[in-house]
Amino acid sequence: MNHETVTKTARQNRTIGRDLIGIGAIIAVAAIGYLLFPDNLALLTRIIAIALLVLSLDLVTGYCGVATLGHAALFGSGAYAAGIAAAHFGITNPLLMTLAGILGGAIAGLICGVIILRAHGLPQLVLSISLIYLFHEFANKASSWTGGSDGLSGISPDPLFGVYEFDLWGQTAYVFGVFLLLAVFVLLRFLVRSPFGMLCRGIKEDPLRIMAMGASPKIALIKMYVISGAVAGVGGALNAISTQVVGLDSLSFTQSAESLVMLVLGGTGSLFGALTGTVIFMLFEDYVSAANPFHWLTMVGALLISVVLFAPKGLYGTAAGFIGRRMEKRK
Amino acid sequence: MQTFFSIAIDAFAYGMVLFVISIGLSVTMGLMRVVNLAHGAFAMIGGYIASYAAQDLGLGYAVAVLLAVIGTVIISIPIERLLYRRIYGAPELTQVLMTIGITFCIIGIANYVFGPTLKTIPLPATLQGSADLGFRSIAIHRLFAIVCGLSVAGALWYAIEKTAFGVELRASVDNASMAAALGVRTEIIYAVSFAVAVGLAAFGGVLGAELLPVEPYYALRYMVTFLVVVSVGGAGSIPGALLACLVLGGIDTTGRYLMPEFGEFFFYLAVIAIICIFPRGLAGRAR
Amino acid sequence: MSAVFDVLNLKKAFSGLTVTNDVSLSMAPGDRVALIGPNGAGKTTFVNLVTGNLRPDSGEVRLNGETVTKIDAIGRVQRGLVRSFQVTRLFQEMTPAEHVALAVLQRDGRAGKMFGNFLSMPDVMDEASVLLAKLGLHDLMHRKVSEIAYGQQRLLEIAMALALKPKVLLLDEPAAGVPQSDTGRIEQALADLPADLAVLMIEHDMDLVFRFAKRVIVLAAGTIIFDGSPADVTKDAAVREAYLGSYANASHAA
Ligand SMILES: Nc1ncnc2c1ncn2[C@@H]1O[C@H](COP(=O)(O)OP(=O)(O)OP(=O)(O)O)[C@@H](O)[C@H]1O
Ligand SMILES: [Mg+2]
Repeated sequence: MNHETVTKTARQNRTIGRDLIGIGAIIAVAAIGYLLFPDNLALLTRIIAIALLVLSLDLVTGYCGVATLGHAALFGSGAYAAGIAAAHFGITNPLLMTLAGILGGAIAGLICGVIILRAHGLPQLVLSISLIYLFHEFANKASSWTGGSDGLSGISPDPLFGVYEFDLWGQTAYVFGVFLLLAVFVLLRFLVRSPFGMLCRGIKEDPLRIMAMGASPKIALIKMYVISGAVAGVGGALNAISTQVVGLDSLSFTQSAESLVMLVLGGTGSLFGALTGTVIFMLFEDYVSAANPFHWLTMVGALLISVVLFAPKGLYGTAAGFIGRRMEKRK
Repeated sequence: MQTFFSIAIDAFAYGMVLFVISIGLSVTMGLMRVVNLAHGAFAMIGGYIASYAAQDLGLGYAVAVLLAVIGTVIISIPIERLLYRRIYGAPELTQVLMTIGITFCIIGIANYVFGPTLKTIPLPATLQGSADLGFRSIAIHRLFAIVCGLSVAGALWYAIEKTAFGVELRASVDNASMAAALGVRTEIIYAVSFAVAVGLAAFGGVLGAELLPVEPYYALRYMVTFLVVVSVGGAGSIPGALLACLVLGGIDTTGRYLMPEFGEFFFYLAVIAIICIFPRGLAGRAR
Repeated sequence: MSAVFDVLNLKKAFSGLTVTNDVSLSMAPGDRVALIGPNGAGKTTFVNLVTGNLRPDSGEVRLNGETVTKIDAIGRVQRGLVRSFQVTRLFQEMTPAEHVALAVLQRDGRAGKMFGNFLSMPDVMDEASVLLAKLGLHDLMHRKVSEIAYGQQRLLEIAMALALKPKVLLLDEPAAGVPQSDTGRIEQALADLPADLAVLMIEHDMDLVFRFAKRVIVLAAGTIIFDGSPADVTKDAAVREAYLGSYANASHAA
């Protein structure tokens, strides 16, 4: 058994090592971003918010195999929950607003999960699309609460810890966002490695086999949907706090589809993949849509087609696989 | 009574347009098991070609329709060869990504070539105006859509139930590898069905241009509507698709007449309710 | 001893074709029963009906005296009715250790735990490695399943089933597709099954059946045509008829 404990600790050390590398990488990229674009912290903060949405999508699509084109419903619900808390109930403490976002996202996750998981295949996809349109229409019509198509304004978060103002420069929002992302990342690393995470990977591959072990795939997936909603809700709340408005576009089909594109671009089933995809896509979008907004959709389409054809594991997945094989060979 | 009658006629016409566009999608999905989100894009291409032919070149309606169908099929051939071929049998997510990528590209290109404005397809004099039924008059164009829809349904039914091709098609839908083993040339079945599906989509796009106006975001706006028809009707089922189109046409039209403010909201709510109650479609086969 | 497992008058037809025709049997703890029958006799269907993966047209299934016919497949597993699959169904990207650990955690109601890595749960890992060692899979426990041989995958199926600590175990052709050289290991694993477990094994390899079973049930066209000792099964006329069918008739005629 001695040999056993040695390999066990070696394995644990390796995973902890990767966690530390991940945390280090996020901090490093965040710092580089801050130095490179000090005037455009708003964009960087938005990237973080969307990264949270993509991480949350990765939980259901990458880890559980549920294809959905309506995931922005969770993000948008979080954003509106945080925004409504501030604009209508005077809850302007940013931490409480984030909590409201988490709650809103989790509830939306529960609703979407229960509905989407009723069907499989094409009907499931159609349910996800119908849901995002339904949420969108609902927010549009409930304009006394949401501001309708004008967007929800009048959100003015208090200074963070009573000290750091959410000012025009967006420094506070950016640093707040980086911390939120780090916290979520660490928690999700635990989650995907936990027994529950393993169960979900099993469900993705063969739900019937999981049932033969006496576990209910449906309950596990609904739980995952709620967690996913909470994560997306953090992103939504961050967006509401940093931009101080919530628009209908946060509950749109386009946002849902784009987040799926980002996930696939980076690589499904890996937290690093989700983050990589978001950063590359968003920077690319910022650059291209500023230069030539007309071709933005064509480019996204072409990007998607080429990822499917040439890098089905996504950029991060392909790179990681390549490096992994090189390391194997050297051994 | 008056309103009821107008709703019924409009719903019927709308349902038939949906049917013409979606039935090809349903058959190809049943046959090739590809989740094709780009089907609406082909209907849109048809609409653009017809509008260009009729509006800019001044050709007649019938010629425009013909050009739209042929042109769209020709455009679809390289797309099928180069892109769709790669995703037959691939996981659902891959198919979703590929076809949504194709949709985005087509939207972007349409926007670039034709601009963001709505396109109209002028109707010939014979299809304008209304027919008097004694107690009520109906727009002839509506009647025309209904007749076209029923003819397409009838022709498809005949082709699938009564011809040798139909037998091979049904065998391939049921079990493609078995059909191939029995000597059915499934690639030909696939190619013909794909072409027919695209051609019908283009035809439907032209036919329905009054109800589903042609503009670049057409392919996204109605994507879910066409997919809903297939998933509610059950992939590969003509009666299922027909029923689904009538039900959805009814819900959508009624909603727009009676609650214009909340029409879309109730449409999506109804879709969700129907799929939750019949997760395998109205005519879905139990597995 | 009282029965842990009863099947009463189970019936199932697939669009007119009767695949399970009024099947009844009961088993006590420690029973070793082999279910045999020609291809297409309805053996796998029987397992699917009993486990709740298929809904019977009529009939009843009881576990420990409790009627479970209305309980879903998951509930039946939780009550101790566990099966293996005729064609292995494993998670290609996971390791044997992960498979067994997941089963152990699921049995203990801990598979929903969202924190903690199973590698650092000593009780789980110890149980998994003991179980895997018993089946000779210890050295492979951290390899991916896609990298291990089919015979070993079959053993892993058995390990997963055992990790659930079942009361009734249904093995659907545990040796199917395993090269002759490896069947010894599987046979050893079968011989080592816990003594108080009731085991029903479907198998085509008659040598294995004769060494394993104390009782043989023969299913033909959905009907039980023989239920008795292994010694008698080859002498039974109905069994000969079912297996040899027209050949037997032909030789009579000749
Ligand atoms: N879902 C189904 N729908 C229709 N017929 C089915 C279905 N499942 C099984 N059958 C039919 O039921 C019969 C019994 O099948 P089953 O798989 O139970 O046989 P088996 O005894 O396990 O055979 P084998 O020894 O080959 O594993 C076969 O004729 C099969 O074709
Ligand atoms: Mg079998």
